[in-house]
Amino acid sequence: MNNKIKKILPQIITVLFVLGIFGFFTFNAQINMDNRGIDFGFGFLNQESSFDVQFSLIEYSGSHSYARAYLVGLLNTLLVSFISIIFCTILGVVIGVARLSSNFLIRNSAAWYVEFFRNIPLLLQIFFWYYAALRALPLPEKAEPWFGVTYMTIKGYYIPAFIWNNLDIFLYSILAVVISIILITTYAKKVQDNQGKQIPVFLISLGLIFIIPGLTFLIGGVTLDFGIPVLKKLSKTSYIYEGGIGLPPELIALVLALSLYTSTFVAECVRAGIQGISKGQKEAAASVGLTPNQILKLVVMPQALRIIIPPTTNQYLNLTKNSSLAAAIAYPDLVLVFAGTALMQTGKAIEIVSITMLTYLSISLAIAAIMNWYNKKIEIKEK
Amino acid sequence: MSSLQLIKSNKQNFYYFLYLGLFLFSISILDVTLNAFLKINITAFLPNILSIFLPLIIGFIGLNFIRTEYSGIKSLDLINKNINTNNFNSILTLLIIFALIKATPPSLSWMIFDANISGDSKEACTGTGACWTYVKVWLRRFMYGMYPNDLHWRINLAFILVIALGFFGFFLRNNLKKYLALYYVIIYPIIAFLVIYYLISGGSFGLVWVETGAWGGLSLTFIVSFFCLIFCFPLGMVLALGRRSSLPMIRYISIGYIEFWRGVPLITVLFMSSVMFPMFLPEDFFMDKLVRVIIAITLFEGAYCAEVIRGGLQALPRGQYDAAKSLGMGYWKMHIFVILPQALKLVIPGICNTFLALVKDTPLIFVVGLAELAGMLALAKTNPKWLGFAMEGYVFAAIIFWIICYAMSKYSYNLEAKYKTER
Repeated sequence: MNNKIKKILPQIITVLFVLGIFGFFTFNAQINMDNRGIDFGFGFLNQESSFDVQFSLIEYSGSHSYARAYLVGLLNTLLVSFISIIFCTILGVVIGVARLSSNFLIRNSAAWYVEFFRNIPLLLQIFFWYYAALRALPLPEKAEPWFGVTYMTIKGYYIPAFIWNNLDIFLYSILAVVISIILITTYAKKVQDNQGKQIPVFLISLGLIFIIPGLTFLIGGVTLDFGIPVLKKLSKTSYIYEGGIGLPPELIALVLALSLYTSTFVAECVRAGIQGISKGQKEAAASVGLTPNQILKLVVMPQALRIIIPPTTNQYLNLTKNSSLAAAIAYPDLVLVFAGTALMQTGKAIEIVSITMLTYLSISLAIAAIMNWYNKKIEIKEK
Repeated sequence: MSSLQLIKSNKQNFYYFLYLGLFLFSISILDVTLNAFLKINITAFLPNILSIFLPLIIGFIGLNFIRTEYSGIKSLDLINKNINTNNFNSILTLLIIFALIKATPPSLSWMIFDANISGDSKEACTGTGACWTYVKVWLRRFMYGMYPNDLHWRINLAFILVIALGFFGFFLRNNLKKYLALYYVIIYPIIAFLVIYYLISGGSFGLVWVETGAWGGLSLTFIVSFFCLIFCFPLGMVLALGRRSSLPMIRYISIGYIEFWRGVPLITVLFMSSVMFPMFLPEDFFMDKLVRVIIAITLFEGAYCAEVIRGGLQALPRGQYDAAKSLGMGYWKMHIFVILPQALKLVIPGICNTFLALVKDTPLIFVVGLAELAGMLALAKTNPKWLGFAMEGYVFAAIIFWIICYAMSKYSYNLEAKYKTER
């Protein structure tokens, strides 16, 4: 009996304490909102937003609703995170491998790269790229072309636009290629398990990737044109490029800072993963006659990835959360568009801040859930 | 590529190859150096594309000539082993050396030779390099924010006192050492708070009141991160114990708390503290902006701290718990006297890393209108008298932050190594 009370009493007290805090906050919020004449509710999401966003992936103007503005911000956040994740992975893997190089200079340059970019606050890096480095770029009319068709200017990076005809047929063909490659891989594995024969899966897949989408250009009626950016005079002193896609400098600064900063953490994960494989594994693989490439592909990488992937996903998550610093340089991401402009206009502080936090929270929890599932799947199954 | 073999040396002509290789290697370095420092291109008579790649080719051949398995010459073997193991490595080596040589003159001339530091106005900056005058003039603002100039000694004195009190524990007599944890966890934060409140804020003891809106610069970074650290540590400890508790409701509440704060970005937490938090407080209750920010960051970092401490708790072998229980200790006795002293020692490097992340996160407080170093830079940048010196400011701030963070990360590495060997 005594034991039972000892177990239940602390729980009841904690729950009451938490409920009390929540109750106190709600009570105050009610009074405060009554006094200021604000009512609680999410009805504002359908109202006309009447503010403009300078960069958006979907069609958006002031006449759209707040819900649409939220979507614009979310997509911009996901866009910058996606691009930065790609770049930081490439950089991180290269630097991580370089830190294990036998070459003294490469090893130390990589180490200094990591120490340098890791120890400067991310916000400062974003400010540096945006306010200092990108401001030194030429004006549109003075820009020299890069690779002939792209222009890096103070107003952004202009790249050719892709103009597709019958894009859907092209996409279907890619889908078909992916499905057939999966089928071939499973078939090849079956053949190898049963008969020991090896089918050159890689070559076949490579052929399929080029041939089938290529065929759609010949017989499917798919065409691809490039809209090349052309300089256009707006007024006496102001020029602009038209016809291409303009990536705003905010996006470029953000991608640069995020990928350089996060790549240092990814590099450390990669290094830890490769160092985590004991030397005996490589020697054992070599002694059964595997070639260096096979050792890397069949023995080292599968084990190293098991160590590398979970912390790296964590870094991707951090990158996505850090992309909210975009608000500091006015890149229209979720925080700036929704928790900034929309909040200023509607004054619905509680609703908007909770929606913003819940959005990030659900991204984090979703990725964490996938990671847990993945970890369960790849963990070493001991008999 | 590694199987590519040029003419190789043998025992007889080894020294010819060695001298020839070293000669070619030095010529390639000399060419690049002359090109970078004196703008002389000694291979200008060649076609353009050849002239660019010539040092690389010559250096590559030179390194190939001096590569041997074992020569007996100490420095040569050192070179071969470290930067010249195969053709691919030698090319990368050359590229890195060339890049370093090429990058030295422009950065040196920008930072030192063409830079200005004298004078106290924009007109003093005549060179093409950096204008350190800007940093010199604004230095006090960068360090102390808008705090009145003649009262800066108060901030300095407060920091010296806080640091001195921090080291106080080292000089305690042995029989008082058992109260050390009590001192650091409860007494020290309170004393530090009082020191900073009465010295920096003022308002009593004849000191002029300075409102928190005037605080800023690097000193604000330190104040915010210091308070957040000392407050988030006890919070993290409670949460870590809660997460490992056997009582389901306490465990679920702790897990929910930790996962919630770890899942949201700090910037939204700061938004919450500035726009949402005032709604939750009683009407006539006013809370200073700085205090709200410190509470918000503490709640946020507490979750990260909890995970670090949980790592330490989990690293302890089960036998420690069993042994403590078999001696008849209860939950609190077991944790205070057996588990926590060992676990906390294990997590000091982890806490150090959390603190590092905290220092790097403090610039974010500019979103609620508090100007620490990065915020002061943004202010100075838009000052009409000093337009166009953003680069100098950011380089200066980057150097300061880098030194602080690098020193801290090295210290935490050392701690990690120290505690690893002891167990």
